[in-house]
This record gives sequence, structure tokens and C-alpha cells, in this order.
Amino acid sequence: MSVAILEWSLLAAQFMLGIGMLATLYRMVVGPRAQDRILALDALYVVALLLLITLGIRTNSQVYFELAMLIGLLGFVGTVALAKFLMRGEVIE
Amino acid sequence: MIDDLPLWLSILVSALVVGGALLTMAGCLGLIRLHNFYLRIHAPTMGTSMGGGLILLASAIYFTITRERLVVHEMAIFLFITVTTPVTLMLLARATLFRDRVEGKGDVPRRGG
Repeated sequence: MSVAILEWSLLAAQFMLGIGMLATLYRMVVGPRAQDRILALDALYVVALLLLITLGIRTNSQVYFELAMLIGLLGFVGTVALAKFLMRGEVIE
Repeated sequence: MIDDLPLWLSILVSALVVGGALLTMAGCLGLIRLHNFYLRIHAPTMGTSMGGGLILLASAIYFTITRERLVVHEMAIFLFITVTTPVTLMLLARATLFRDRVEGKGDVPRRGG
């Protein structure tokens, strides 16, 4: 019973996070200018991180934690580099 | 998935996960609905602050109870995201403001002083 509650609510949560990923993907493809696409990419990174955490709860393993941490780190670095590129025209001056 | 869980644990973790996912989805849908970049930049922060916090808290509680030891390294991710998101979004907003000023489009305020 309690396992079924957890299973179904995790499925619902993953479904909602998937809808969120589709929304960010729409903005990343359609987005009128470059900054909209970068913002959507940043949001996409965070939603993917949360999806990995729910997958870890669902499969009862802690392997996905390291992957989530890696996604967080790389997302930060990537977004900062892209914002710097928009500002200056080059990443490393 | 393991065989049996305490009922209170499953209800608590379910409520936290579904609440966090709802907040994250609302933030991402705001990314579609709002019609200006400066409005849109507010939307995904809902997922990174509250939604992410709830889901990571649910994960920490679940693994603490099922592994019978204190598992709090999800909080490292939460701290990292909470610290870095304002930095990146501030940089992005500054870059956008710079671009809009250079191109002279949009109704952005002029540089003061």
C-alpha cells in the first residue's frame, strides 16, 4: 500500500517534470533571441537534475546523486560562460 | 523499490515530491507564457529554489529512513544551486541589458550618470 502510494506519486512527479522540460525545450527552440535560449537551457539543466533525483528515489539507489551534482556544476559553468559571451563577444579575454 | 515502507514516510515523501514537481512545472510553464525576457527571467527561479528544495528534502528524508543513517548530501546540491542561480541570472540580465542598450531597442532605461 505505502509502496504503491510512493510509486504513483513519483510517477506523477516525473510526468510533471517532463512537461516542464518540454516547456523549456519549446522556449529554447522558439525563443526570439539568444538570451531566451540560454535562460531556457539553464532551466532545463535544473529540471533534469530534479528528474534524476526522483529517479534515484524510485529505484532506491544513490548512484544518481553524483550525476545530479555533475549536472549542477556543469550547468553553472556553462551558463556563466554563455552570459559572458553575450556580454563581451568572447569567453576568455 | 523496496518491499515495505512506513505509511507516514511514503505520504511525507510523496507530498514533498509532488509539491516540488508542481512548483517546477509552474515555473517552466511561466517560461512559455510570459511575453518579455525581463519577465521571463523570474519564472524558472521557482523551480530552482522552492521546487528543488522540496524534492531534495524528500530525497534526504527517504534515504535517511531507509538506510538508517543520516544522509544529507542532497543538501550540498541545494546549497550549490541556491548560491549559483542568482549569480548566473544576474550575469544574464546584465548581458541582456547591455545588448538592448547597444541596439537601442526595447524600452530599457538608459545608463544613469
